[in-house]
Amino acid sequence: MKKGNVAKNALIVMVVMWFFMLIMVPVFGIIQEVFKFGISNAVASLLTPHARHAFLLTVCITIAAVIINSVFGTLLAMVLVKQKFKGKLFIEGLLDLPFAVSPVVAGFMFIILFGPQGFIGNWFENQGIKIIYAVPGMIIATLFVTLPFVAREVMPVLREFGLEQEEAAYVLGASRWQTFLKVTIPSVKWGIIYGITLTVARAIGEFGAVIVVSGNIINRTQTVPLHIHQEFTDYNYGAAYSAALLLALVSFALLITLQTIYKKSEQS
Amino acid sequence: MNSGSLPPPKTTTSDIVLRSLAFSYLGLLILLPVIAIIFRSLESGLSVLWADMTLPPAIYSLKLTIITAFIMVLINIVTGTATAWVLVRYQFPGKSLMDALIDVPFAMPTIVTGIMLVAVYGPRSMVGAFFNRHGIEIMFNKPGIILALLFVTFPFVVRAVQPVLIEMDKDMEEAARTLGAGSSTIFVRVVIPSLLPAILTGAALSFSRALGEFGSIIMVAGNIPFKTQVASVYIYGEIESYNPQGALGLSIILLVFSFITLLFLNVLQYWSRRHEKG
Repeated sequence: MKKGNVAKNALIVMVVMWFFMLIMVPVFGIIQEVFKFGISNAVASLLTPHARHAFLLTVCITIAAVIINSVFGTLLAMVLVKQKFKGKLFIEGLLDLPFAVSPVVAGFMFIILFGPQGFIGNWFENQGIKIIYAVPGMIIATLFVTLPFVAREVMPVLREFGLEQEEAAYVLGASRWQTFLKVTIPSVKWGIIYGITLTVARAIGEFGAVIVVSGNIINRTQTVPLHIHQEFTDYNYGAAYSAALLLALVSFALLITLQTIYKKSEQS
Repeated sequence: MNSGSLPPPKTTTSDIVLRSLAFSYLGLLILLPVIAIIFRSLESGLSVLWADMTLPPAIYSLKLTIITAFIMVLINIVTGTATAWVLVRYQFPGKSLMDALIDVPFAMPTIVTGIMLVAVYGPRSMVGAFFNRHGIEIMFNKPGIILALLFVTFPFVVRAVQPVLIEMDKDMEEAARTLGAGSSTIFVRVVIPSLLPAILTGAALSFSRALGEFGSIIMVAGNIPFKTQVASVYIYGEIESYNPQGALGLSIILLVFSFITLLFLNVLQYWSRRHEKG
């Protein structure tokens, strides 16, 4: 028994050490760098016109991605869970593809499609509409990488709760629209909120897909991750660390939100 | 918005409208770009595509990507399973905090991950300077790539194995013990086989993520051909230098890997469901 305890404690110590070295030390590393840079310098670097523009752009793109993908994500979940049709596995595979594709390849595909020499981009260019190297392309790229979140979170909830309650409401004489608003949406509420939080987390941090389609133009198409990269390559380490820490804090707050939502939805 | 009427009648018009709307979105956002890249790569002929894929720097970056991803997966299988095991089976102070923090890498933007690692292991840091004095270069070299991959994929194996361990009853292990099996025999013959589908799922997710990882790698490893240039960075470099043709070859290879991963994960899911029933 004693030998087992030694092995057990050794395993616990090794696992905790590994986790601490791999994940926690880097988190403390960036905090230390920002303190070295100085809090007032850090704040000043976050208030420069470039930084402010980047924050504003990130917020706008994130809002667009959340609105569009929560509508279409919920719609996709409902169609996939409730309707019967052939080729469902293919559709579900398409839905999961953004999780498996490299962000750089995703961005590249949109350049091929919407770029100046692209299949569709050519036509838009003639109408005077720029998609690639402009904000619309960045929104499209963000939509691509965040598409599965809401749909994938709503699907299991819909499978579990949705149908029976809806049938009950329908039998009791509720209209389709009433059923949808009063029964379907409340029952998948936590799934949608969870999916939206994941969408926000990914949208504010997306780098690869966005940098490829954006052309990385300062004050025009730079989001916060691109701004961090820019400051770093310009040797403005302090500014890069400060913006990165702020983004890390926001991401961390989102993680805590996710875990709170998860506990709440477990209870209800 | 199917009304869920009893019994379900044949598909109504509004069903068709909703379905078309959902599929059009999926088609425009996901299927169309995939068709476009395949079409573009076939346009100039397979021989040109093959030539792009087999350029020495392209081959090197692909090899580097696969080897670093493979090393990361091997480490993650061990550390991830051990972490899940400790979190499920043992009690220790700070356990629930650690359980909550496991997902930190999923929440962190990749560029932030890269910056964090540079802060700790970069040449300007204490740790980095220490290793450099001993002739070990972590950043802007291969160890940095593996470190970044280990960070971004850490939760995959843990989160895949954890629920299976919670569900797994100890009956089988106890039965084996009663029959006289030793601890190591039980682990190898009883525990590992029932965890295998979950471990493989976590491994496949980590591997797939590693093949496409970009943000953290470009920060910690840079873009040095024949040294630290991985596939995604190579593709990015070709696009940036206005040579989209050169980016096509590796993009197609990565895309094929993505399809294979999705297929493999589906097969695994099917397998573990049968395993549960059996």
